Amino acid sequence: MSQNFRLDNIGLINRDKKISFKFNGKSYFGYEGDTLASALLANGIHLIGRSFKYHRPRGFFGAGVDEPYAIVQLYRNNETEPNVKSTEQELFEGLEATSVNCWPSVNFDIGAINNFLKIFLPAGFYYKTFMWPKSFWYKVYEPFIRKAAGLGVASIKHDKERYEHKYEYCDLLIAGSGPSGLASAYAAAKNGARVILAEDKPRFGGTLLTSEVNIGNQTGKEWADNIITELKEMPNVTVKNRSQIFGYYDHNMLVMSEKLSDHLPKTKKYHPKQRLWYIRAKEVLISSGSIERPLVFGNNDTPGVMLSSAAKEYLKVYGVLIGKKPLIFTNNDSGYETAIEFKKNGIIPVILDTRKDPKSEIIDEAKNLGIEIKFSYVVVAAKGYKKVKSAEIAKISDDKNELGLLESINCDCICVSGFWTPTIHLASQSGNKIKFNKDIDAFVPGVSKQNETTLGAANGTLTLEETLKDSFDSGYELSKKITNNDNKISLPVIIEKKSTQHDKFWCVPLPKGKTYKRFLDFQNDVAVSDVEIALKEGYRSIEHVKRYTTLGMATDQGKTSNLNGLQLVSNIENKIVPEVGHTTFRPPYTPVTIGTIVGREVGKHSRPTRKSPMHSWHEKNNAVFVDAGVWLRPRYYKQGNETLFEGSKREAKNVRTNVGVCDVTTLGKIDIKGPDAAELLNRVYTNAWLKLPIGKARYGVMLREDGIVMDDGTTTRISETHYHMTTTTAQAANILSHLEYYLQIVWPELNVNVVSTTEQWAGAAIAGPKSRELLQKLFPKIDTSNEGLPFMGYVEGELFGVHARIFRISFSGELAYEINVESDNGNYMWQKIMEIGKEFEIQPYGTEALSTLRIEMGHVAGSELDGRTIPYDNSLEGMVSKKKDFIGKRSLNRQAFVATDRQKVVGVVPLDKKTSIPEGSHLVKDANAQLPNPKLGYISASCWSVEFDNPFSLAILKDGKNMIGQKLFAMSPLKNKTIPVEIVSSHYVDPKGERVRS
Amino acid sequence: MLHIKCPHCGMRSQNEFAYGGDASVKRPELNKEISDLEWDNFVYLRKSLRGKHLELWHHISGCRQWFKVQRDTSTHEIFKTVKANEDI
Ligand SMILES: [Zn+2]
Repeated sequence: MSQNFRLDNIGLINRDKKISFKFNGKSYFGYEGDTLASALLANGIHLIGRSFKYHRPRGFFGAGVDEPYAIVQLYRNNETEPNVKSTEQELFEGLEATSVNCWPSVNFDIGAINNFLKIFLPAGFYYKTFMWPKSFWYKVYEPFIRKAAGLGVASIKHDKERYEHKYEYCDLLIAGSGPSGLASAYAAAKNGARVILAEDKPRFGGTLLTSEVNIGNQTGKEWADNIITELKEMPNVTVKNRSQIFGYYDHNMLVMSEKLSDHLPKTKKYHPKQRLWYIRAKEVLISSGSIERPLVFGNNDTPGVMLSSAAKEYLKVYGVLIGKKPLIFTNNDSGYETAIEFKKNGIIPVILDTRKDPKSEIIDEAKNLGIEIKFSYVVVAAKGYKKVKSAEIAKISDDKNELGLLESINCDCICVSGFWTPTIHLASQSGNKIKFNKDIDAFVPGVSKQNETTLGAANGTLTLEETLKDSFDSGYELSKKITNNDNKISLPVIIEKKSTQHDKFWCVPLPKGKTYKRFLDFQNDVAVSDVEIALKEGYRSIEHVKRYTTLGMATDQGKTSNLNGLQLVSNIENKIVPEVGHTTFRPPYTPVTIGTIVGREVGKHSRPTRKSPMHSWHEKNNAVFVDAGVWLRPRYYKQGNETLFEGSKREAKNVRTNVGVCDVTTLGKIDIKGPDAAELLNRVYTNAWLKLPIGKARYGVMLREDGIVMDDGTTTRISETHYHMTTTTAQAANILSHLEYYLQIVWPELNVNVVSTTEQWAGAAIAGPKSRELLQKLFPKIDTSNEGLPFMGYVEGELFGVHARIFRISFSGELAYEINVESDNGNYMWQKIMEIGKEFEIQPYGTEALSTLRIEMGHVAGSELDGRTIPYDNSLEGMVSKKKDFIGKRSLNRQAFVATDRQKVVGVVPLDKKTSIPEGSHLVKDANAQLPNPKLGYISASCWSVEFDNPFSLAILKDGKNMIGQKLFAMSPLKNKTIPVEIVSSHYVDPKGERVRS
Repeated sequence: MLHIKCPHCGMRSQNEFAYGGDASVKRPELNKEISDLEWDNFVYLRKSLRGKHLELWHHISGCRQWFKVQRDTSTHEIFKTVKANEDI
């Protein structure tokens, strides 16, 4: 198949390398260096999709990031990606793409019927139409919208590609490699600054690739190529193409998305597909150029209507003609450049210029080339449905209000130029107070908030000479400020054609009796009439008009539509544009994939996994693991086909009858040293600490300043000035910050140091009636009798050659000890315990059995200390000292905290002694009461009591103190259960605590 | 992301720090008789200033020191950072 619209001797593509691809199932070919858009246009394909709302045929409007129409669903290496701009997607071998927004096909689309039901979809149609009747929303409207709308379909498969994040620092970050970007980068780099130059396109040079200029006796492109080559070789410069800076944040941090593999058939092994850069720059130079503005006329969305700069780019970069009978419709000199390029390549264009009698070098050149120019002429409407076939044109009066006789002109494309809109998104995101420039009818950057400078076309500069001069100066001045170097590059001689004033006219009036749609926002199908309706209905704020009409709200963020929308509002409202204001520019400048944003933090890399030193032993012994914060802990050790319920019951039972061992490494541990350590503990815990003897542990409760329990744990006095504190697994990090806060900010006079030692110690709890005998065998030299090592005692010893700390503390309510050894010896300790423990029928137990044991003993833990309870609620009021002050004490006399019917922890047993009570169930007096049934309390933790062989739960219950013996109902609407229960003491087993002291 | 100068470590990105609230709040002295109102002010009431704000930050993924930052809450401009025992 030949390419009817490709020229032989122009363009930057590699004609030696053919690339085949498929669009909507049909095979085509293009060349290396093509975009999908240029390759399709070379094949004469203009119909690429359907519009969002009316499903009108869609072609190509631009040639880059500003493209509002030509969005496709891309297929690459068995993956699919929606919302891909065909004007940005580089061609690769085997590329496949399909149209979006059309069903069943792009040529015959059922949704196009919307086009004839105009009444159905005017401005605010979402709000008006789909509100009524309410029941229609789920059944009719939503499925309809979902089927009809959208810019493709997201893949639901796991994305196997790799995405990376990178942090970088530099002196100067330069966004855009057009004339201003290159000049400022070069000047700064030559002056020794560390420079990053980012270009979103594959080719560097921006408009220098397409404009007819001469810089220092070279063409624009030659000059750009030479500068880039030199920059790439400089060690202080990083040059990145395919890299879009899409966000400008506080303190000069910018983010950039680098596409490393999207242009390849598949990503190379171990290479990322895309990379997100976080760049902290001392200075930022924004050289993002400008985007051509559309002119607005009837059916201006017909395929074949295109920005004149895009037509020129297709011609000069890709050697592609967007048509062979081009009509150029312009209000400024830029359209002439496109016409001249057509003419030079053997195509006869016709120019319609809205201006009456403009004079400039470029216009003269067009005239000299014999190009037909019609002054004071406008396109009234494009004709043709799926492609421009002709245009309705007319002469326009000097005041631009009256159209002359309608004439028809044959053409196959219409290249429009409505002057230029500076790309000020990044400047605006940085906090720059942007201002309106009347000379160019557009907003430009004003006063900077951060270290940012906008240059060239993005700053509204019109000539190359001025652009290069400013950019050389800025690059030099800013780099001098940073490096103190003084190497200045002299400005080369620049030759460019001078242009003249543009016309402020941009919106062609409708002829009498015609109802052509004149589009402002091409992606969201917002027409002039929609904005008129919004204003008629009373919308005034531009932000409201935007949301009501959806103008500028599509994925292109109104790059081609914003300004025309503002102009229209200001015309109707009889205001000037700056009074209307502008909507806010927000990152990202252009869509960024979720993969890039997430980077490597997927799956198990989304957070750290912490494992105890005994982890491999647990694995080998069939532990079923559970997430405990970021730790992995054995939940139970599965024997045969045991369920969690059976296994945990067996393990808990064995602790009550023999001895069990549990990995408690995850407990938070804080080493506290200094002469004032006891004083610190006395202030952070609710109970007294000043008289704790050396070699003794004590249980403590900490409050927040508002009186709520923050954490509990034991702290042991190891020597005169040395304490070992334990915290719950979940609160370990918070408690350390808490202590540091009080030591550094509130009581800096205390001479104490704290440091986390959680990972330095491996911990094993041995619990059960036989634990003393086991301990004696593990430490034959230590007196383990009740007198030698009493409850809450502490001693150090040798465990078969390794140093160990032994604490006689208990979480299970049984006689129990905790042994700590240095982490490296953890596995050794565990194996010795298992080996020696054999004769005592030792079994390891996991977190589930651990919970069972503490629940039936009535030990409160995380589910009761949930950030809403005070000591009294947890029956810890005995731990609260009346004599001394401590953190949070002053809050405990708050009215609600001293109420006589205050909530309190209780035990709950089902009357049938069989039905387990779901955690979270509510306790109510009357199961059949009217909803909302008054809640008296809630179940905080449930277990199967191994002591009594029936279910047992803890609950926080209003007036719990006086509720013992009452019959209530536990209701769980989620589990659809209503269980009659009896309230009992929370200390279900060994209420006097004799076992731990035995 | 803010760029914060830890007085002990130098310039670091915000993700190394934790915000610690208003630095002008003083905890009432221990064992001192104070009114309910005074205590409630300390525990619950904070000004939500627009403009210059003296606040605490904690270099949690660095030296673990708490320090003072003077920051504009609307522009995020940081004027000065000092050690916890220094005055701005
Ligand atoms: Zn630090």
